[in-house]
Amino acid sequence: MNSTDRTVPVDNYLTAGEPGLAGWLCTHDHKRIGILYAIGITFFFFLGGIAATLIRLNLIVPAGALMSAETYNKAFTFHGVVMVWFFLIPSIPATLGNFLLPLMIGARDVAFPRLNLFSWYLYVGGGLFTIGALLLGGVDTGWTFYTPFSTMFSNTHVVLAVIGVFVVGFSSILTGLNFIVTVHTMRTVGMHWFRLPLFVWALYATSLVMVLATPVLAMTLSLIALERLFGVGIFDPALGGDPLLFQHFFWFYSHPAVYIMILPAMGVASELITCGVRRRIFGYRFMAWSMMAIAVIGFMVWGHHMFVAGQSMYAGIVFSILSFVVAVPSAIKVFNWVATLHKGTIDFHAPMLYALGFVGLFMLGGLTGLFLAATALDVNLTDTYFVVAHFHYIMVGGSVMAYLGGIHYWWPKITGRLYPEGPARFAAILMFFGFNLTFFPQYLLGYLGMPRRYHAYPEPFQWLNVLSSAGASILAASYLMPLCYLGWSLWRGAAAGPNPWRATGLEWTTTSPPPVHNFPLPPVVNEGPYQYCP
Amino acid sequence: MSEASTPLLANRAIQFDDDAQQRESSVLGMWVFIATEVLFFGVLFVGYTVARVQFPRAFADGGARTDLLLGSIETGILLISSCLAALAVRDVRFGACRMASWLLAGTALLGVTFLVLHGIEYHAEYEEALIPGMRYHPSGHPARAMMIFFCLYYVITGFHSLHVAIGVALLSRLAWKASRGAFSSDYFAPVEVTALYWHLVDIVWIFVYPLVYLVGRSA
Ligand code: HEM
Ligand SMILES: [Cu+2]
Repeated sequence: MNSTDRTVPVDNYLTAGEPGLAGWLCTHDHKRIGILYAIGITFFFFLGGIAATLIRLNLIVPAGALMSAETYNKAFTFHGVVMVWFFLIPSIPATLGNFLLPLMIGARDVAFPRLNLFSWYLYVGGGLFTIGALLLGGVDTGWTFYTPFSTMFSNTHVVLAVIGVFVVGFSSILTGLNFIVTVHTMRTVGMHWFRLPLFVWALYATSLVMVLATPVLAMTLSLIALERLFGVGIFDPALGGDPLLFQHFFWFYSHPAVYIMILPAMGVASELITCGVRRRIFGYRFMAWSMMAIAVIGFMVWGHHMFVAGQSMYAGIVFSILSFVVAVPSAIKVFNWVATLHKGTIDFHAPMLYALGFVGLFMLGGLTGLFLAATALDVNLTDTYFVVAHFHYIMVGGSVMAYLGGIHYWWPKITGRLYPEGPARFAAILMFFGFNLTFFPQYLLGYLGMPRRYHAYPEPFQWLNVLSSAGASILAASYLMPLCYLGWSLWRGAAAGPNPWRATGLEWTTTSPPPVHNFPLPPVVNEGPYQYCP
Repeated sequence: MSEASTPLLANRAIQFDDDAQQRESSVLGMWVFIATEVLFFGVLFVGYTVARVQFPRAFADGGARTDLLLGSIETGILLISSCLAALAVRDVRFGACRMASWLLAGTALLGVTFLVLHGIEYHAEYEEALIPGMRYHPSGHPARAMMIFFCLYYVITGFHSLHVAIGVALLSRLAWKASRGAFSSDYFAPVEVTALYWHLVDIVWIFVYPLVYLVGRSA
């Protein structure tokens, strides 16, 4: 990795495709579409981040420093909606997945390139609706849109926000559909199912969840909109409808949705870890099957979000047991990562640091999930900051760490240039500390009984909130850093060459950046993945 | 480049190696799409079931006020149209291509007829004040629950009709293309895929028909 050459191959997808803005906005190249997504997603991460900053600033003093209760509600709703649907769900699949999936299976493109571009436009369109809702005054229901508040009582722009999420949901369905078909029909000669890289397995499992869960959300949101507009009474208790039904539908999507966020991250982590220790991943088949198991069992545990919502005791017990079951394949994955690392010589480059951060934070988040899955504990912890900490550990600590790790790892492939290692390592370590400082206090807050979604709180909770807000500013700095040094490397970075990590995998056999149709000749595969020889 | 060595057919997109791969992809794509549609409508059917278990009487009252005759004719129309679509696929698949254009046009026309009949039903219901949110006169036992029945009825048939309308547009375009000889036994995936979609529309209706028109009459 010490070449100082700055010349990158000329014939690549950045230079050889159609030039200019139109060339990008009308492209069918999966690699360019991946980059379009990356730009959109970064933008929304920034918007969601602003809302998060406002929330954390507000909570520095017990009385609520900044906002009225209504504004606070709008801030956390906007934060949740944007972060979940416009950042976490599309982040890894739509950017890294789009860019890498065809490369990794030796295909020229995804199966339906035009549909792929259309998905991006849906993403942008959905985003405009959501931003529109914000500009017109915001929404105060929380990202969960619980009825009957969202249908009868809230006098904010629920319909607009719901349309935004509906539209972006179709973007996610179409991406999933495209990936499923691509993996089934576009694998190159010799690329059997059990020679697929784990990241491809992860994308495949994720796509199944996207395709089978998102329509439920879409229809549920349509019903909310119809209920507000026409008084359709399906969830409205005043008309004899059933608000619990809404929660069942919502979580039937949204629990699997957390796996849409974490499965791709698991795939990325697997790639980074094997490359970083230069060894075959321990238990490849277990890793692949456990991802499929998570995708399937993930559909059966939604009721653990409703332990206190009034479902029957027996349903609660069943959902509790199933939630423990779904933790098993996740644990298998952690064991296999640790086994892969065990006694290896670990190269602590930035992607590896991110991957290790991911494993650590995911473990802590997952273990506290077990606390919540135990009904007796959950009754106390539900709707407190304990839950907030739990899902931030998994989603921000897990998914975002893995996303950034993946961006660093594949950056040379995407741009053809190396990023500077020093600042990258520093940012990764800073992020880990900033993250723990932000969210660990929230476990304690929740355990002590601070409820979520309140804009003010009693005096004794203050010092933990101040710690959390301080951590959030460190975290923010660590998120801004990659933007700077990665941007810098676009112009000044050394040329990467096809395979700067000496990694295995088809994506590293083509030039960096790859040519328009990925490979000069379709590659032939005759061995499984990760055949590292140190 | 490898494309340069294999002759590139006009109908094959650049990312595919051969026609078989292209066809396999589009058919699989449609099956996955159908799976999403099943879940999409599944929400409505689950909602219907939950509400019906809770208010059997009101749902029976509501069901009794739907138009059984028109509903049955609509069912028949959709079944026949599905049959025509299947014949169209058969026709192009075996390379005959003589009837395909007419069969597809016929399918589209039956779809339009379905929509018109449904429009007539909606109109009658408007006269009777059975449309919640627009014109609704409470009746049934309990009245609020019968309103839920009609809400679900409109949401379900509304989304279904939307699917029919999309199908009609797709089928008309195909009929036109078929009349200009666009399809052959080598290239018929668009016909096959659209027919699959049309069968889905038909099958969804097969569930709607008993739920909406028949249950009310059984009691
Ligand atoms: C693997 C990735 C996971 C992710 C991304 C994730 C994410 C989330 C999110 C976003 C919430 C909060 C929902 C809300 O706004 O109310 C949540 C709550 C919850 N999670 Fe997880 N989770 C994961 C793993 C687990 C595991 C493995 C378990 C159980 C073994 C679990 C059990 C729970 C429970 C019981 C709640 C509900 C707590 C309550 O509301 O009282 N989670 N999770
Ligand atoms: Cu859950």
